[in-house]
Amino acid sequence: FPGLADVSISEDIPVEGEITVPVGSRSPDEDYSTLDEPVKDTIMRDLKAVGKKFIHVMYPKKSSTLLRDWDLWGPLVLCVSLALMLQGGSADSKDDGGPQFAEVFVIIWFGAVVITLNSKLLGGTISFFQSLCVLGYCILPLTMAMLVCRLVLLAGSGTVSFIIRLIIVVAMFGWSTLASTAFLADSQPPNRKALVVYPIFLFYFVISWMILTFTPQ
Amino acid sequence: LSPVFCLFAEFDDAANLLAANPDATTISIDEPVEIPKNQHGRLQEPGREEDDELLGTDDSDKTELLAGQKKSAPFWTFEYYQTFFDVDTYQVLDRIKGSVFPVPGKNFVRLYIRSNPDLYGPFWICATLVFTIAVSGNLSNFFIHLGRPTYHYVPEFRKVSIAATTIYAYAWLVPLALWGFLMWRNSKVMNIVSYSFLEIVCVYGYSLFIYIPTAILWIIPQKVVRWVLMIFSLCLSGSVLVMTFWPAVRDDNRRIALATVGTVVLLHALLAVGCLAYFFDAPELDFPAPIIPAHNGTTVITKSH
Repeated sequence: FPGLADVSISEDIPVEGEITVPVGSRSPDEDYSTLDEPVKDTIMRDLKAVGKKFIHVMYPKKSSTLLRDWDLWGPLVLCVSLALMLQGGSADSKDDGGPQFAEVFVIIWFGAVVITLNSKLLGGTISFFQSLCVLGYCILPLTMAMLVCRLVLLAGSGTVSFIIRLIIVVAMFGWSTLASTAFLADSQPPNRKALVVYPIFLFYFVISWMILTFTPQ
Repeated sequence: LSPVFCLFAEFDDAANLLAANPDATTISIDEPVEIPKNQHGRLQEPGREEDDELLGTDDSDKTELLAGQKKSAPFWTFEYYQTFFDVDTYQVLDRIKGSVFPVPGKNFVRLYIRSNPDLYGPFWICATLVFTIAVSGNLSNFFIHLGRPTYHYVPEFRKVSIAATTIYAYAWLVPLALWGFLMWRNSKVMNIVSYSFLEIVCVYGYSLFIYIPTAILWIIPQKVVRWVLMIFSLCLSGSVLVMTFWPAVRDDNRRIALATVGTVVLLHALLAVGCLAYFFDAPELDFPAPIIPAHNGTTVITKSH
């Protein structure tokens, strides 16, 4: 290449200049350091994030913020409250009763992990914790259904109360499944969507069954 | 044109040799894939010949090659396990259909799995079956005992873990035992057909699918209905298993072959009978259904105590 023969840095040209990258008046550390802020700010920031996600679940529309900033506080709170509300059921001490606290916990977390692994093995592009986050947050409608069921059961446990509970649980089950599918469906390969949605359906079905069959002492 | 004629001449020679001695076992390692196909075709009965020619060769080098090419990732990487989930929705649905409507003479593994065994089907069919049995058992007990005034509904959650242990143990340990047994027999007798462990797990997993609607229908509290359903589903899924494993053992000692297939069917039946007996209470015949008027009901209640 004749044209490039004379391209070379000769030793006569002085090399000078500044190496530091101009960053502005504040150093990068100051932007992300949260050690100096009051505790209330720290807690409120996390609470606001959790609250925002709850609202996203109740009005599911495709949003990437829920997926990007995942956190597991919301699922933990929901799981613990659901497990607590499922206590006090009939025959807690006998063998034939409802699920124990640990069993609810294990079913929810183990189920969510298995579904996440399933979707990743089928070729999904969502990350592990993002999927756990979505599945956990979408338990919110079912937790609300549990709350309503307990209130209805305070009023009575006859056939009418059962029908009301059935309608509420079925509606919330549908809402949960649709909400989680709305968030997760995009990250799946198109010809395997049903394979990924079915385990989610089974997961929420089992939780709904536990809620519906709760009978107080 | 002449190379083509040479090839046909080779075909004719092989065919003549085999026609003279149809029982000769021929093992071909270096020859092209097409010739073993015809040789195997002639060794088996006419019905099977069509089967194998339609479905391709059994365990010849081609299958081994494909298997080698697919699962090349080391087993500690995530990609290795992804190869077991390389199925699309329509493939899973086809396999389920094949297990529910077994076509006589067609081998489930050759027809549907074709060297692409998946773990999705077996795992999720077992999970669904566990919850279906637990929920249906609970519902059926609820309806059976509904009229009794002393009955207090319990969700019976313990039974879910028992169901899970039983069904997953059946779906994984029995294939392991069967695979070990077939490998051992393979080392003694040259079998034409042999299956990999995952293919056996696949067949067992998909064959359990018929029990899901059966468990739902077992809610009906009639003994006759339940037993008819059980025998019907046992025949369907048992036939899938029999048609899969008979070609693998038929060249063996006749008694061992029959014993193997018999054990497979017997274990399958035991699973069904055990689930029916444990999860579903017997509909008591001397017990009134809720529609019978009250004075009959009270009379019978005192009788049953």
